Amino acid sequence: MDLRFSPEEEAFREEVRTFLKEKLPARIADKVRTGKRLTKADMVEWHGLLNERGWYANHWPKDYGGPGWSVAQAAIFDVESALAHAPRIVPFGVSMLGPVLIKYGSQAQKDYWLPRILDGTDWWCQGYSEPGAGSDLASLKTAAVRDGDHYVVNGQKTWTTLGQYADMIFCLVRTSTEGKKQEGISFLLIDMKTPGVEVRPIILLDGEHEVNEVFFTDVRVPVENLVGEENKGWTYAKYLLTYERAGLAGVGGSMAAFDHLKEIARSQRKGGRPLAEDPLFAARLARLEIDLENMKTTNLRVLAASGSGGSAPLEMSAMLKIRGTEIRQEITSLTRRALGPYAQPFVSEALDEGFNGDPIGPDYAAPVAADYFNNRKLSIFGGSNEVQREIITKAMLEL
Amino acid sequence: MDFNHSEDRQMLADTLGRYLQQRYPIDVRNTISGSDEGWSREHWAALAELGVVGALFGEDTGGFGGTGFDVAAVFEQLGRALVVEPFLGTLMAGRALAKAGGQEALLGEVIAGTTLLAFAHEEPQSRYDLADVETRATRAGDGWALSGHKAVVLQIEAADRILVSARVAGQPGEEAGIGLFLVDKTGATLRGYPMIDGGRGGELALDNTPATLITEDGYPLIEETVSAGIVALAWEAVGVMDVLKASTLDYLRTRKQFGVPIGKFQALQHRMATVALEIEQARSAAINAADALDKDRHIRERAVSAAKYTIGKVGTLAAEESIQMHGGIGMTWELPLSHFAKRLTMIGHQLGDDDHHIGRYIALGRAA
Repeated sequence: MDLRFSPEEEAFREEVRTFLKEKLPARIADKVRTGKRLTKADMVEWHGLLNERGWYANHWPKDYGGPGWSVAQAAIFDVESALAHAPRIVPFGVSMLGPVLIKYGSQAQKDYWLPRILDGTDWWCQGYSEPGAGSDLASLKTAAVRDGDHYVVNGQKTWTTLGQYADMIFCLVRTSTEGKKQEGISFLLIDMKTPGVEVRPIILLDGEHEVNEVFFTDVRVPVENLVGEENKGWTYAKYLLTYERAGLAGVGGSMAAFDHLKEIARSQRKGGRPLAEDPLFAARLARLEIDLENMKTTNLRVLAASGSGGSAPLEMSAMLKIRGTEIRQEITSLTRRALGPYAQPFVSEALDEGFNGDPIGPDYAAPVAADYFNNRKLSIFGGSNEVQREIITKAMLEL
Repeated sequence: MDFNHSEDRQMLADTLGRYLQQRYPIDVRNTISGSDEGWSREHWAALAELGVVGALFGEDTGGFGGTGFDVAAVFEQLGRALVVEPFLGTLMAGRALAKAGGQEALLGEVIAGTTLLAFAHEEPQSRYDLADVETRATRAGDGWALSGHKAVVLQIEAADRILVSARVAGQPGEEAGIGLFLVDKTGATLRGYPMIDGGRGGELALDNTPATLITEDGYPLIEETVSAGIVALAWEAVGVMDVLKASTLDYLRTRKQFGVPIGKFQALQHRMATVALEIEQARSAAINAADALDKDRHIRERAVSAAKYTIGKVGTLAAEESIQMHGGIGMTWELPLSHFAKRLTMIGHQLGDDDHHIGRYIALGRAA
C-alpha cells in the first residue's frame, strides 16, 4: 500500500494551483469564500475560463475535448479548486448530460450538442423528479406521445435546479405504460423556449430561488431529440446518476468549509478562551475532522477501484453520498452553533455583491444560518440518503 | 400527582389557542414576521386584552399568574402558532422589574398592552455567559449614563422601554457589580434587522445614554428572569415540536411512493418513533423546569439548564428529521413546516445552547 500521490500527480497539483492563482477571478473566489450569491454570469465566466484551458469537461474522453485525466488528477483538481474557493462546476450539461450523449447519443447529437455544452451556448437543467415521483423516480408520469416527426409532451417536473437560467432541459418522459414502469421511459432533450413550457419558481426555506417547477402543455419536441432508443431511457438515466462518482463525497468542498469552521471557532470566544478550546466544542470539531479524514481515504479508495478498470461497486458510491453529505451538514451545523446568538440575524441583501452595510456581529456571520438550512437538501436530493441505504443493503444481502 | 394544567390555566391556553388558530394562521404570521415592523400592534393589543400578558405576572404586580406553569401554558400556545410578538422580552424585562419592586405603574401599562418592553443583556462577546457584562454605567448628575453594546435583542424596535444591564463596578465575568437600568427607546441608538426565523431583532448602541437605575445588584434578578425565559423557550419549543410531529405523521400517512404510504417503510417508522420519544423527553424536561422556577436557586438553575440542554439537543433532531422525512417539500418556504423547523433551530441559539447548558449543569452539580 502506498497512499502517496506520484511525483507526476504532485506536479499536476502545482499546475492546478498555478492555474487557479492566475485565472480564478478574485471577485468570484471572494464571493464563494464569504458565502455570497453567485450570478449566472459568474458561473458562465468560470466555466469559460476552465474551457479555455481544456479543463471544463474534465471527465470527458480526450476525443470529445476532455483533458484525459486519471481519476487521481480529477480528485486533485476537485480538492484544489474547492480550497481556492472556485465555484463548483454546474453539473447538468457538462457532468450529467455530456457523458450520456457520449455513450448513448447519435453522431449528429454529439456533433451538435457537445460543442454547445463546452462553449456555454446552452445552459442545461435536469427534468427527472415529479411531484409524485421522488424516491420512486420510475413512477414518473410526464408523457410523450409520438405525432409524426414530433413527440407531444404533457406533464410536470419539479426541483429543477437553476431551471430559471436554462436554455435546454433533459427529461425523462413516459412513452409507454406497458410492462414494468422502468421499461416505458425515454430520454428527451427539450428546448425551454418551445411554446407550452412554463417555469415557476419554488422558494426554499432560506428564501432563495434555486429550484423550479417546469410545466409542459402540448410541447412539441422533434423526434431527433430522443437520446438512444425509445423506452430505454431508464438505462441512460441510471448511467447519468452514477456517473460522477468523484463529486459525490464533496470532499474538496467539505475540506474548505471545515477550514472556515476552524477559523471561526478560533476567533469566537467562550468563557474568555477561543471556542475551539472549549472541551465540548473541541470534541465536536475533532469527531468531525476524523470523519472527514476517513472520508478522504474512502473517497480515494473508491476512485482507485473505478480507475483501475473495474468500476466501483454501487454500494461504495452510496456510502460516499451518505457520509459525504452527513459530514457537510455537520460542518454547517457546527458553524451555525459557533456563532452563538449571531446566527439569528439574517439580512438577505448582505449576500449580494456590492452590499455596503456593516456586518451584524462578526463579518463571517451573514450566510451561516441560511447555509445550514439550505444544506438540509444534501441528504434529500440525488437519491435520498434513505434510498442510498437501501442500495447498500440490497447489494450486500442479495435477498 | 396531576400532570394537567389547572382549570383557569387550561381555559386561558384554550382561549389563546383558539384566537391564534382563527386570527393568526401561518400566512398571517408570515406576513407579519416579514413586515418592516416584524410584529403586529393589533394582535398585541388583542392578546393583552385576552389576558395573555397578565398571565405572565403575579397578582402582586397586577397580573394573575406568573408561575412556571403559567409561563408554560402561554408559550406552548405561542409556539404552536409561531407567534413573533415580543412576549419573551416582555416576560424577562417585566419579571425582573417586578422582582426589583416599585415598578407597579409601568407594569400596569405593560399588562394592559400599551407599553412594550425589551430585555437587553447579552453582548457581542458574552456568548451566553450572564456575568460577562462590559457595558458601563456611570453617574451623570442625578441619574446614570450607559456606554456599551447590547447584542441581538429580540424585537427591540417594538419596545418603548428597554431593561439594560450595565456594570456599576467590577470586571466582566464577575457577578457582583452588574446593575439594571431602564432606557427609553427614544434616547437609544438601535440597529434593527430581520431574523432568519421571522420577526426582528436589533443591536443597541449605548454612548452615554441616559438611564434610570433599577438596582445596583442586578445579577440575581438577571439569572432568575433568564430562567423564566428558558422555561418560556422550552415550552415554545414543545409547542413547535408538537406541530412538527403532527405534520410529519400526516405526511407519512398520505405521501405515497412505490405504491404505498411512505409510513409503511420501517426505516421511516423507526426514525419517527425516535423523534416522538425524544419529544416526550423534552416535554418532561420542560415540565421539570416550569415546576422548579419558583423553587430555590440551585434546584431551579439545575432544572432550567437540564431543560435547555434537552430542548437544544432534541430540537435539532426534531427539526432535521421532520424536514428529512418530508423530503424536498420540507425544504420549501410554502410548507409551514419549514418555518417551524427554523424557529426550533433558532431557539437553540437563545439563552444558551445545549453545550453551554450541559457545562453549566455540571458546574452547578459540582457546587452542590
